[in-house]
Amino acid sequence: MRLVAIGLAAGVFSAFFGVGGGIVVVPLLVLVVGFSEREATATSLAAIVITATAGVLIFSLRGEVDLGYAALVGLPAAVGALAGTAWQQRVRESMLTYGFAALLTVIGVVLLTT
Amino acid sequence: MSASTVVFAILLGLAAGVLAGMFGVGGGILFVPTLVALGLGQLEAQGTSLLAILPTVLAGTWNQRRYGNLRMRTAIVVGVSSIVGVEFGARIVTELPEATLRKLFALLLFGVAVQLVWRTRRRRPRYPDPP
Repeated sequence: MRLVAIGLAAGVFSAFFGVGGGIVVVPLLVLVVGFSEREATATSLAAIVITATAGVLIFSLRGEVDLGYAALVGLPAAVGALAGTAWQQRVRESMLTYGFAALLTVIGVVLLTT
Repeated sequence: MSASTVVFAILLGLAAGVLAGMFGVGGGILFVPTLVALGLGQLEAQGTSLLAILPTVLAGTWNQRRYGNLRMRTAIVVGVSSIVGVEFGARIVTELPEATLRKLFALLLFGVAVQLVWRTRRRRPRYPDPP
């Protein structure tokens, strides 16, 4: 039941913001289910496969999906994800997490000011 | 599209993938603003982001499965229940003006940033790194 609730929240977030929903899934798997950080992030990625597939189908019905642009950023990202998951196995997360938080803040400011 | 635009998109895609693999997210946090910067509307950027997320998370999942971190049953339950949420969210999102979506997305990013720092600062070394 807890897992279903996590999935529902992730799905709404995903459709709302065009993201995978991992932002919701990872902390909830850690805090509510008790997964380790690595288990939570790995499981989140697999859940997003299903979430994003559903999102793509729904958005493409409304003509809001551009295949060329998706390939332009998505294919390099697949390479990046292989590197990211490999590095994750041995890198201490704290400094990277702070960097990621700073990056999000910058993007947020850009979105609000443009 | 100029050559520098293509390079910009590829580099940001690469960065999004690394972040996705590291933090177990899809990378949409970088895809959406990147696609908006490339000239897509907010909604089209979000739909396209979801498609770009697919190869990203497939690659990440494949790698994590090899490392033995994946809990497949949990992933399927969470993923399948998310479909209901996606349908619901997509219905609301197409009714909202794009400027509102951008503001909400910015607020989401601030919220996640705060939460990330908070989690990292309070994290106890419960799960030591493997040898």
